[in-house]
Amino acid sequence: MAKPDHRLPQGGRINRDKPLSFSYDGAVYQGYEGDTLASALLANGKRLLGRSFKYHRPRGALSAGVEECNALVRLESGGYVEPNARATLVPLYQGLSAKSQNCWPSVDWDIQAINGLAARFLPVGFYNKTFMWPSWRFWEGFVRRAAGLGEAPEAADAQEYHKRHAHCDVLVIGAGPAGLMAALQAAGSGARVILADEQEEMGGSLLWEQDEIAGIAAAEWVRSALGELAAQNNVTLLKRCTATGYYDHNLIVMAERVSDFLGPKAPVDVPRQRLWKVRAAQVVLATGAIERPLVFPNNDRPGVMLAAAVRQYLNRYAVAVGQRVVVACNNDSAYRTALDLQAAGVEVVAVVDVRADSQGSWVNQAKSAGIRILNNHAVTNTKGRKGVTAARVAPYSGETPGVARWLDCDLVAMSGGWNPVVHLYSQSGGDLDYVEADGVFVPQGRDYIQTAGSVNGRWLLAECLREGAGAGVKAAQTAGFEAAAPAPENASADTLKQGPTLPVWKLVDESSDKQWIDFQHDVTLSDVELAARENFISVEHFKRFTTTGMSVDQGKTSNINGLATLAQVLGKAIPQVGATKFRPPYTPVAMGALAGPDLGPFYRPKREMPCHDWHAAQQGDFDDAGYWQRPSCYPLAGETRQQAIKREALMVRRGVGLFEGSPLGKIEVRGKDAAEFLNRIYMNNVPSLKQGHIRYALALNDAGAITDDGVFTKLGEDHYLLSPSSAAAERFVGSLEEWHQTAWPHYEVIISPVTTQWATLTLAGPKARQVLQKLDADIDFSKAAFPHMAFRSGALEGVPARISRVSFTGELSYEVNVPASYAEALWRRLLQAGEPEGIAAYGLEALIILRLEKGYLHIGADTDGNTIPDDIGWGAPARKKAVDYIGRRSLDLPVYCQGRRLQLVGFKLLGGRGEQCIEVGAHSIESADTASGMRSTGFVTSSCFSPHLNQPVAIGRIEDGRNRQGEVVALYYDRKTCRAEITAPVFYDPEGERLHA
Amino acid sequence: MQQIDCPWCGKRNETEFSCGGELISRPQDALGADDKAWTDYLYFRTNTKGVHTEVWRHTFGCRQWFKAERNTLTHQVVNTRKLSEETGEGHGDHG
Ligand SMILES: [Zn+2]
Repeated sequence: MAKPDHRLPQGGRINRDKPLSFSYDGAVYQGYEGDTLASALLANGKRLLGRSFKYHRPRGALSAGVEECNALVRLESGGYVEPNARATLVPLYQGLSAKSQNCWPSVDWDIQAINGLAARFLPVGFYNKTFMWPSWRFWEGFVRRAAGLGEAPEAADAQEYHKRHAHCDVLVIGAGPAGLMAALQAAGSGARVILADEQEEMGGSLLWEQDEIAGIAAAEWVRSALGELAAQNNVTLLKRCTATGYYDHNLIVMAERVSDFLGPKAPVDVPRQRLWKVRAAQVVLATGAIERPLVFPNNDRPGVMLAAAVRQYLNRYAVAVGQRVVVACNNDSAYRTALDLQAAGVEVVAVVDVRADSQGSWVNQAKSAGIRILNNHAVTNTKGRKGVTAARVAPYSGETPGVARWLDCDLVAMSGGWNPVVHLYSQSGGDLDYVEADGVFVPQGRDYIQTAGSVNGRWLLAECLREGAGAGVKAAQTAGFEAAAPAPENASADTLKQGPTLPVWKLVDESSDKQWIDFQHDVTLSDVELAARENFISVEHFKRFTTTGMSVDQGKTSNINGLATLAQVLGKAIPQVGATKFRPPYTPVAMGALAGPDLGPFYRPKREMPCHDWHAAQQGDFDDAGYWQRPSCYPLAGETRQQAIKREALMVRRGVGLFEGSPLGKIEVRGKDAAEFLNRIYMNNVPSLKQGHIRYALALNDAGAITDDGVFTKLGEDHYLLSPSSAAAERFVGSLEEWHQTAWPHYEVIISPVTTQWATLTLAGPKARQVLQKLDADIDFSKAAFPHMAFRSGALEGVPARISRVSFTGELSYEVNVPASYAEALWRRLLQAGEPEGIAAYGLEALIILRLEKGYLHIGADTDGNTIPDDIGWGAPARKKAVDYIGRRSLDLPVYCQGRRLQLVGFKLLGGRGEQCIEVGAHSIESADTASGMRSTGFVTSSCFSPHLNQPVAIGRIEDGRNRQGEVVALYYDRKTCRAEITAPVFYDPEGERLHA
Repeated sequence: MQQIDCPWCGKRNETEFSCGGELISRPQDALGADDKAWTDYLYFRTNTKGVHTEVWRHTFGCRQWFKAERNTLTHQVVNTRKLSEETGEGHGDHG
């Protein structure tokens, strides 16, 4: 085990009583509870942590936080893999295992680093240009192998993810000084407050800056503030919870890492992550700021780090990343790094400041502490193969005489100022203002969002605390709570002063390939210049051409440097170039968290019919019919599917079969206007139907097209039961409600869908009556007492039953409806009673054959959005009914009264062999001469081989079909043509004798 | 995701609703309407750029249809009313 040599002997927020061992690229290291993977690796002297995307340049951690663009690792193995994890955000746990990415065979010796040597061959836009010739396909293989950040896991995710919806009055995002103050003030008003923070601990910069509040150390103040919040019932504290998306009306999506900090050893009953969707009356964004890198040649070497990150590693994790540090800056805050390093015994070689001077408090402290300050100077290059060994320092703007020289160092701590984290604000649709003095974009403010702290460009602690308190009060008040204006806050640091920042975008004049702007996507200053030369001057085009800010880090460190550089090249002001729009997510979200528990059987709920358990026990095949699981057939032992389907179809023709049709639509319509209302819905006459009878009916849309067929039954006075087809059951209810509410609200009717309350068990076949008559019933099933299209209700085996004599098979048939809970018992009873008749269950496939033999339509398959009643032989009744029903007026439009319309016909295959069928989708063509083009005059919509008739049967629609029966047509399908005779669309029992048996 | 103010239930997530298109009125005397009036009703819409009145339904809620004034540029639903209530812009009542 390597001995940590960069760990300071004391200090930091790590728990030295809890050492943790972990592995990185196979080697075992030690860290402490409270470390991140990055801080533990840095403590162990590992600073080469990754290779860059395009050139495979050696890279180390740039930051200590969410903006990390270099230190990406692959965590764990098997079902626990997480690619592209930012080492700066991975809390260390015992046994953690991480691998470097984007390098082969190892991070220290990487073959593709050769790309770096050939950098001039891979300028920005190289995908768009180079791979044009000879074709993209030629190049794809090469590029795919080299492209991509990280590798997708091979195994399924072994962890669980949850989702949660929540509402609150005030959602505070960010628990740094401004966010904590906002939460305290809002909570005090009694508002329901959620405080969310992405870090392992709440407190933000207060956890590591050497600040004091109200006379106590900042971290102490955080502890007491959190204690105060936790004690209130109206406050929810969510640490490890990143707000990633801001949607309309203050809907915030947040990803909470519930047990990531435990790694694969987390208890199985604890989800890994939880996705929150919070609807907040008011949102306080206290999202802080991210330090901006400086752009200079070789600014990407391991050992070039953001200055505040150096400070954070030092103060929070007790890690001295370097021993001899050059601080490069354009603002006061970096001086704190120099001061803290010096206090910790680390050598500060120099502070290299592009500004002429500053009278800020920290600068003055640095001067008094004897730290060497080089004003009007800039770092202009670095040296070192796998880490910085020296920094070149040269006069900036030529004002200070002197020549460039190299300063030996092992760390460059850089600060180019700060970028407010305006991502969520921008996602909300908010506009940004540009503050020239600091070179930053800040929120303009919206009435349902408060912003506070450094997201507003406030850099001093006292300002952040004050603004946070004000935002908390305003948010609570706007949400309708009484909140007192806060007492002037107790910020010790009130007396601190800061000198002005000098925004700089470029530190050396020559343009060089090696000045990095986007570290993760390897976009350099010269790439930006090239993009401008090629006229990609709109900031959104520029972004996509150069891919600046389009990687995993979404440009947290690169966006502003990129667009500022573009502005400079174009000679425009930065606000004229503008910022690109920020889009969700703020940070990558695990796919598992987005999916949550809606996986596998929970992805889409399945509907099981009341007798499902019986069907499942037969090991039949289930078809997805909408949400319903329906058996397609019930093969016996040794039977193929085809054999089973054929047997079931013949059984119904010769004996009796039992079918579960429970998904069949059932809608009760009641009320004094029920008949009149339904007369407007159906094409068929409703008021003339007598009680206890059933009528077939077509429903049209107002354009005249058939939308469904079914039957309706008159149950009683002003009481109807509608049976639309299974597929249309829900849609038809919606349509009834729509017409009732929008067109005829004065009709007194109540529409009640009861599809799932009643199970439908259909007995079909010439012996169906015999079976029913064996059951204990108070219904007379005789032919005279219970004819075709009649309805009876009563008790069947003591169970309330509604029985309809309707048929979709062409045989004598009873649809027996009983309350769903009795279905399986009745099902078994019917099978038992029918045993002497050879009864068995039949599935959907047999039903499809039976209905086709009889020429019964399947609306939507045999018809389409242009099919009107006349096309299927219902023209006369449709026109005869003079009432304004839905679709009636359209039937008189010229388009429906003229020309050779497609009419329903049957097709008899001529010269077929064996069980050959006509293909569904075959078109009737005028000539088979493909060269001169083929005109379709109609097509086949349903087709099968009829086991009962021992011949293929098919129906379809063809021009003027009713007048062309007996004619032979050519049917074309997939380069083959067959001949068929046009027939009537009924192949079985055209007289209906079996139906009325 | 925006919230839409159902006149019957109050503010609910947009995913609970479905849009039925521009508010139109079915001719009272449909059988007496000439072909042009009827096909205008069937097929022709104003396709407004900006705020116009639509019918929406609280499908996964009270299942009621209602009027919604929506800005077709921003997708913002700015106002909702029951079908029986007049709209501000003099659109005909839906039936
Ligand atoms: Zn509602």
